[in-house]
Amino acid sequence: MKLGNKRWFAVFVGPTFIAFCIAFLVPFIMGLYLSFCEFRTVSDAQFVGLKNYISAFSENSDFLNSLWFTIRFAIASVISVNAIAFLLALLLTRGIRGTNLFRTVFFMPNLIGGIVLGYIWQLIINGILYNYGYSITSRATFGYWGLVVLMSWQMIGYMMIIYIAGVQNIPTAILEAARVDGAGAIRTLFSITIPSVMPSITICLFLTITNSFKLFDQNLALTAGAPLKQTQMLALDIYNTFYGRIGYEGVGQAKAVVFFVLVALVAVLQLYFTRSREVEN
Amino acid sequence: MKKIKISNIFIFTFLLGLSVVFLIPIITVVSNSFKDRFSISQSPFVLPNSDTFVGVENYIKGIDDTGFISAFFWSLFITVTSVVIIVIFTAMTAWYITRVKTRLNNFLYYLFVFSMIVPFQMVMFTMSKIANTLRLDNPLGLIFIYLGFGAGLSVFIFSGFVKSIPISLEEAAIIDGCNVFSTFWLVVFPMLKPTAITVAILNTMWVWNDYLLPYLVIGSDYKTIPIAVQYLKGGYGSIDMGAMMAMLVLSIVPVVVFYLTCQKYIIKGVAAGAVKG
Repeated sequence: MKLGNKRWFAVFVGPTFIAFCIAFLVPFIMGLYLSFCEFRTVSDAQFVGLKNYISAFSENSDFLNSLWFTIRFAIASVISVNAIAFLLALLLTRGIRGTNLFRTVFFMPNLIGGIVLGYIWQLIINGILYNYGYSITSRATFGYWGLVVLMSWQMIGYMMIIYIAGVQNIPTAILEAARVDGAGAIRTLFSITIPSVMPSITICLFLTITNSFKLFDQNLALTAGAPLKQTQMLALDIYNTFYGRIGYEGVGQAKAVVFFVLVALVAVLQLYFTRSREVEN
Repeated sequence: MKKIKISNIFIFTFLLGLSVVFLIPIITVVSNSFKDRFSISQSPFVLPNSDTFVGVENYIKGIDDTGFISAFFWSLFITVTSVVIIVIFTAMTAWYITRVKTRLNNFLYYLFVFSMIVPFQMVMFTMSKIANTLRLDNPLGLIFIYLGFGAGLSVFIFSGFVKSIPISLEEAAIIDGCNVFSTFWLVVFPMLKPTAITVAILNTMWVWNDYLLPYLVIGSDYKTIPIAVQYLKGGYGSIDMGAMMAMLVLSIVPVVVFYLTCQKYIIKGVAAGAVKG
């Protein structure tokens, strides 16, 4: 085909690529460079070496605190989302009456945006805590569990859909064979079902881990980091470093680079780890 | 046989209970949106009664304060236009770089894939400065930026599908005298339709709910729904809870309508998008 000439490249790839450069590629490269600079606007950048990175970790403990908070949040929410979603997928693939209705209900919260979700749960949690004389911002623990509950409420439906697709793909012949061989429910679950849905587990873990690390809107709306920045996650800390105080743009950018490397590293490690456990059917 | 039935009843009851738990937050918000704003925070789980019921007052106040009507139409305009543009252009790009095997195209593919794992905070400051400099700080500019940001996932999903369709149809079309452009639109794109729906659904869910990107690029001049809701919070602790509840309900309604009308495609899209991922 005479596809390869430059005119067609410009028509087919041009618009997307230009938008991609302006929205992502150029800002990304500039971001990397600027993390080594001191700047207010971008045009007045002055190279300062690793100073921003050192400030990010040493000036105050905000960044490390939010890192620790984010990791703890990610662990709890990844476990809770995936365990419940997987259980629901198992229950909803047994041909029980009302399956479609249940699926509809469990998935619905996923479509609601993070800001709106945050305020919905603020109302619910404050309403419960009010009886004991607290509000969600009284203690960091409240905000922590609030975020985990919110995240679970939002993500369970999405992951459930992916797990359902995985479970439905298991050939019935294998399940039949396992039954004939006398495997019980537990044995079938661990020897057949879980190994067969490893691709779904891989993608669900990937999505929940990266989404937990990148959480921003929900964090902003639910607690905005209160009390005393104790429930501030990485993304919100970076945002506040950029826009909260003048003169810290470089530090914010350095934090953002560390954040990017961390997310990429976790994602790649996780993909590598679970992919190696997938079996070919 | 009987044993199975009993366990099914047990499971059904469990799922029913869980469904109620899932719906309570939404029901609570709806019920509070009709209560006077001082009786919300303290007793959100009490239904409105003759003392606390205020009719649609909260809705009127909230719509006035936030400019919700215009926010709704901006959200609608930005989402629909962005999604259409993303689908058209990334389908073209994905097909081209998958079919024309050059080093550059291969490199572009990996660049698009790479962009998917980069968190927004990495580029938010520089991107919003560039958008300002290039005068993209308006709804049309925002749509262009969404094309750039949505490109990663969309190109990735389209490419995965293009790989699975036979090239012979395209070659036949070329021999029959189609040029490259008409080959794509008349032969390839119709085959890409199911994938296009997946891409459209995933991008709709993202763009409609996106808060930070539009906020940083165009600020409060053209509020979208998430920006309008966040705008209510305003200064320190001065939320009008009544107006907030009403706005939460109004934000949820379009989403629920969209979900109930396109449920089949959304569920399929989510499952298909994940397999490709």
